Amino acid sequence: MSTWIARHVQALLGALGRLARMPLATVLTVVVIGVALAIPVALALVVQNARVATGDFRNAIDFTVHFKLGTPLARAEQLARKLRQRPGIDTVIVTPAAQALQEFRRNSGFGEALAALQDNPLPHHLLVRPLPEHSTPTEVESLRRYLTAWPEVDIVQLDSDWVRRFNAILDVLRRGLWGGMVVLGLGVLAVVGNTIRLEIQNRRAEIEVTKLVGGSNAFVRRPFLYTGVLYGLGGAGLAALLIWGGVEYLGQSVAALATQYGSKFSLAGLTWRDTGTLVAIGAILGWFGALISTGRHLRRIEPRA
Amino acid sequence: MISFDNVSKRYPNRREALSNVSFSIGAGEMVFLTGRSGAGKSTVLKLIALLERPTRGTVMVNGTNTGTLPSRKIPAFRRQIGVVFQDHKLLMDRPVYDNVALPLIVADTPLREIDKRVRASLDQVGLRDKERALPSELSVGEQQRVGIARAVITKPRILIADEPTGNLDPELAMEIMRVFKRFQEVGVAVLVASHDTHLIDQFGQREIVLDDGTLLSAGIAVSGEPFRISATAPPMPELPNIEARR
Repeated sequence: MSTWIARHVQALLGALGRLARMPLATVLTVVVIGVALAIPVALALVVQNARVATGDFRNAIDFTVHFKLGTPLARAEQLARKLRQRPGIDTVIVTPAAQALQEFRRNSGFGEALAALQDNPLPHHLLVRPLPEHSTPTEVESLRRYLTAWPEVDIVQLDSDWVRRFNAILDVLRRGLWGGMVVLGLGVLAVVGNTIRLEIQNRRAEIEVTKLVGGSNAFVRRPFLYTGVLYGLGGAGLAALLIWGGVEYLGQSVAALATQYGSKFSLAGLTWRDTGTLVAIGAILGWFGALISTGRHLRRIEPRA
Repeated sequence: MISFDNVSKRYPNRREALSNVSFSIGAGEMVFLTGRSGAGKSTVLKLIALLERPTRGTVMVNGTNTGTLPSRKIPAFRRQIGVVFQDHKLLMDRPVYDNVALPLIVADTPLREIDKRVRASLDQVGLRDKERALPSELSVGEQQRVGIARAVITKPRILIADEPTGNLDPELAMEIMRVFKRFQEVGVAVLVASHDTHLIDQFGQREIVLDDGTLLSAGIAVSGEPFRISATAPPMPELPNIEARR
């Protein structure tokens, strides 16, 4: 057993030594693998972060209920009180027409033009926010129908339609991401496989001698498999670093942007578990690429006298 | 230890390198395989080392029929045979020690045992003080001795050599042949392919002569008795349990 372990350690150190002896080629290969691994992981993080960000919005599916012009404020407040009694309602805020006009005047920049109006063209309106646990599409639709049925109501506007569309787009992206992962994973296999093929060609004489003195295919294959694993580990490590750097670089700007929208959202990077998974996937891809390559090319090399 | 029974070998280029060749070599025998270039000497060695398989006939090496041995068992088979080449086939970027240790490393031999046997092997060929040198730092004769040390480190019962003195001056050639003779004296079957008739004459060993792929003579045994071909070869010793050794 100790001999077996010693042989593996020897093969690992030998593979490390060979990679260190050709630093430029090693770095280039690792960079290609790293980028190929970083692209799908970065996309996955974008989708995940976007989901989290819009998750805040999902919890705030707001209705704006515009009353018909001429509806008395007292009636609007009465309906608001009635609405608060309904199960599944979080908040109901009444905005009188006068206040709405004042806010519009302040925020729109049309203050002087609005001053020329004799009457307030804006109606009273309610801002209705259902509880998050009562925000399923069925319940939201039910609430919309309930509000529309009031004779005093002119328009019921559901402010979260765009969130729903955005989430649908994220779903499409998420599905596309799997395809992208498979394609880029195949790319990593090809890069490792081709690099190992070249190394096998460079070491043809050594392989021949090793087989001549009784080295089995498994023995000859061993250092190449370690080389593949090291490439995979290096590439995955680089990918993790690129992602970490990207999250650090964008994190503050994204948080500042979220604050502008009243959100506490902050960009999430890779967890330790995610990083571990990425590194394991890198190592497995490297090993598998080397296995395919050695399987194809080592068998063709037989010793010659 | 080695027997050829009506062995023919035809290469993919249709050339018949050997035609119905039969001979036997017993344990502790030293035999020269001679003939002009293209006579089939290298093909005989390739068939013994299982670098090629016979087209017809039976090659038995150490009790193993090489024609029917499954491919997966070839590495273990090769570990039982020491092979020395004219061009040494050394790993030029590895020190002498690593070159000599290679057959034991591929057999997963414990490191302590490797250390002991590498030093013993280098002692046998007089290169104990060169173990850290690279092959390129050695003379041609020393490189050949490294090749011999590597060939004998697994304590093979058969040692074959393809023109081992081809590039050496007469004095060095004689020195290398004396090394082979020492292994023969401890019971190893030694087969040396050579066309150096002067050297062969000096040793007075049995000669197997090939010409254009056919056997001209299977030689005379050292005892002086005419060596009878194939059927009367000495009985084969039991094949060591390869799997157990691994």
